[in-house]
Amino acid sequence: MSDTNSDAGADGPLGGLFDGLSRRSSDLLLVFGALFAIYALFTIFVFGQGINSVVSTLRFLTFLILVYGMLALALNLHWGYTGLFNIGVAGFMAVGVYTMAMLSGDPAGSPPGLGLPVPIGIIGGMVAAALVGLVAALPALRLKADYLAIVTLGLSEIIRLTYNSEAFNQWIQGATSTITSRVGFLPDGGAGTGAGSGIQVPSPAGPVRTLFFEGGRAGNPTPLGDAVFAVTDPIGIQQNVVVEWAYVLVLAVVLLGFYWLLSRIGNSPFGRVLKSIREDELVASSLGKHVEIFKVKVFMLGCALMGLAGILWQGSFGFVSPNDFMPVVTFYIFVAVIIGGSGSNTGSIIGSILFVGLLFEGPRRALGALGNRVDFGRAPNSFGDAVAPILSGDITPFFAYAVANRSALVFVLLGTVLIIIIQTRPDGALGGRNEPAAAVDLSTRPEKQPTTATDGGENQ
Amino acid sequence: MSDASDETHIDEAVETASTSQGGTATVEPESRDSEVERAAASTPRTVPLSVDNLRKTFGGITAVDGVSFTVESGTVTGLIGPNGAGKSTTFNLIAGALEPNSGTVTFNGEDITGRRPDEIANKGMVRTFQIARELPEMTVLENLMLAPKHQLGEDLWRSVVPGARSTVVEQEAELRERVWEMLEFFEIDHIAEQEAGTLSGGQRKLLEMARALMTDPDLLLLDEPMAGVNPTLEEKILDRIHDLRVNEGLTFLLVEHDMDVIMENCEHVIVMHQGKVLAEGEPEAIKNNDQVIDAYLGEDI
Repeated sequence: MSDTNSDAGADGPLGGLFDGLSRRSSDLLLVFGALFAIYALFTIFVFGQGINSVVSTLRFLTFLILVYGMLALALNLHWGYTGLFNIGVAGFMAVGVYTMAMLSGDPAGSPPGLGLPVPIGIIGGMVAAALVGLVAALPALRLKADYLAIVTLGLSEIIRLTYNSEAFNQWIQGATSTITSRVGFLPDGGAGTGAGSGIQVPSPAGPVRTLFFEGGRAGNPTPLGDAVFAVTDPIGIQQNVVVEWAYVLVLAVVLLGFYWLLSRIGNSPFGRVLKSIREDELVASSLGKHVEIFKVKVFMLGCALMGLAGILWQGSFGFVSPNDFMPVVTFYIFVAVIIGGSGSNTGSIIGSILFVGLLFEGPRRALGALGNRVDFGRAPNSFGDAVAPILSGDITPFFAYAVANRSALVFVLLGTVLIIIIQTRPDGALGGRNEPAAAVDLSTRPEKQPTTATDGGENQ
Repeated sequence: MSDASDETHIDEAVETASTSQGGTATVEPESRDSEVERAAASTPRTVPLSVDNLRKTFGGITAVDGVSFTVESGTVTGLIGPNGAGKSTTFNLIAGALEPNSGTVTFNGEDITGRRPDEIANKGMVRTFQIARELPEMTVLENLMLAPKHQLGEDLWRSVVPGARSTVVEQEAELRERVWEMLEFFEIDHIAEQEAGTLSGGQRKLLEMARALMTDPDLLLLDEPMAGVNPTLEEKILDRIHDLRVNEGLTFLLVEHDMDVIMENCEHVIVMHQGKVLAEGEPEAIKNNDQVIDAYLGEDI
């Protein structure tokens, strides 16, 4: 029997597109193919509104793809690799962002922060997210998958409501100020959460901005800024858009870092134990693996990455409030992982591209573009009024309704697509393919006996 | 006491990791025994496993009721008994999957009662399961690569940090060689790259044994290794067991239903009935034991 041929079928619907190429190059082709297809689609949506509009739209799209990619990779480590059903991603993001904001926020702001440098705030945010992960993990990882899901969902809501609470805001300000007033280099006011009115976050995009503008102020470009703007200004791209693109490039580098880290973990004995835990915990422990230690480690690492992704995403807007961390955010990340195929790191990135491009932003933009170009008249008031005329052959009211209610209809589409995927392609685009967890190519056989009945060795 | 034996095991694992041992025995049975002896001077070296007065109840039912026996080094010991005799429960108690209500399990001179399964496995006693538990979405190769003890790359930092990882890669290459040897030993190398979930029942049994052996155990607990296996494969499994016993000095404790298999292959047989040890001795004696015959015929005793 030929084992090498079985790869193609197991690679999922997209995995077999580029047979004959090495997996790495076919993965690259897939990722960039999907990305540029989405770019082309969105360029059509905003075509005719000028180059600045196109560049700016693609920037926003890429930004979302990158932050979803990071979160999907982190979730894939938990869920895809280890089988830990963590549906509290939003909560761990919140811990990351809030801790960062409290550590690095302006001491004179409202609520006050500790004014520490942004990199320290980011590291602090990741550590805090990991520690909250530890607190959740210690009791919860003894539970079976479904119960872990309930615990993490509950925890993420507890976190959100805690940050929303004025009492907690008062308490933490008091508690931190008693500590900081005794430490010379820290401001005496402590740090608060801002409760329901949200908190200012020193944006991680800030340092990128200062590369282009002296002191971050527009109209005061640095030599680098001058050089870049000399190219972009004549084309008609606004300087702000250029600076925002620069931040997106930083995010792309961070995403590569995530991918590098998680691939390395996946292709190692550590990753192999994670996989075995997902498959059958009792087997793993019967082979001498201390399952709980592995779970705690991987849970903390994943939470730290979620914290970092939260900082780079929500933190970059300069302001967050507890409402930015509703459970639906976690749901979106799950959709991205499911579309890409859980258990595959490349799948997580492709899933993020497809989710953001075709489900999250695409339909909304498509309907918006349609509405801009075609006049469907006044939108009907109810779904019934929109659908009923279809029976008599008039589809205009339906389109008018869809254009007017496009944001809400995205949810309908999301749900429908999710059901279809789970019914027909539960492995997603790249799931179910075999990514052997080892630091070396396992197909390589020891040299002797090349004639035995196997064709496994000729794989690479 | 326990510290001393832990160290011995780590030494042993490091030794085997660097010398790569699989189909060919580089560790002589004699030297293995003397090492064990040094670690556990108080125990007779011929008895790696002894079970003393084990008791386990589930609610009102006493599944294992004061079971005591010993397993001698380098033997194949059979544990038999009718359905519901408490064989599998005893197995789970020994392997750490269940905790006994009372009694002790001693392995290589150390009390391991109530220890976690992974601790027990790392001490050199590894089990297989009655219904083969392969890791379905991992390949046969991955299944086997998972098993070896004390892999450097199981430390997260070492798998990630550049530089440190090269030691991991090196060890992986050595393990890969042992894995392929083990696959050849069990004649399942032609399915090496298949996902374990696609294997037939018999292949799964072989995979499980091969995987357990990759941990380089002193004692293997085999829970019905021949259940649902055709006669040819059964012969193959038994061949491997005897090969390992003779050439590597491994000790086996196996639960089995098939009286013929037990009688022909075990030096020592323990018969359980209704949670108690009914009889114990050489196969010939057991075969002619009236109580055993009655138990298997289902008569009241």
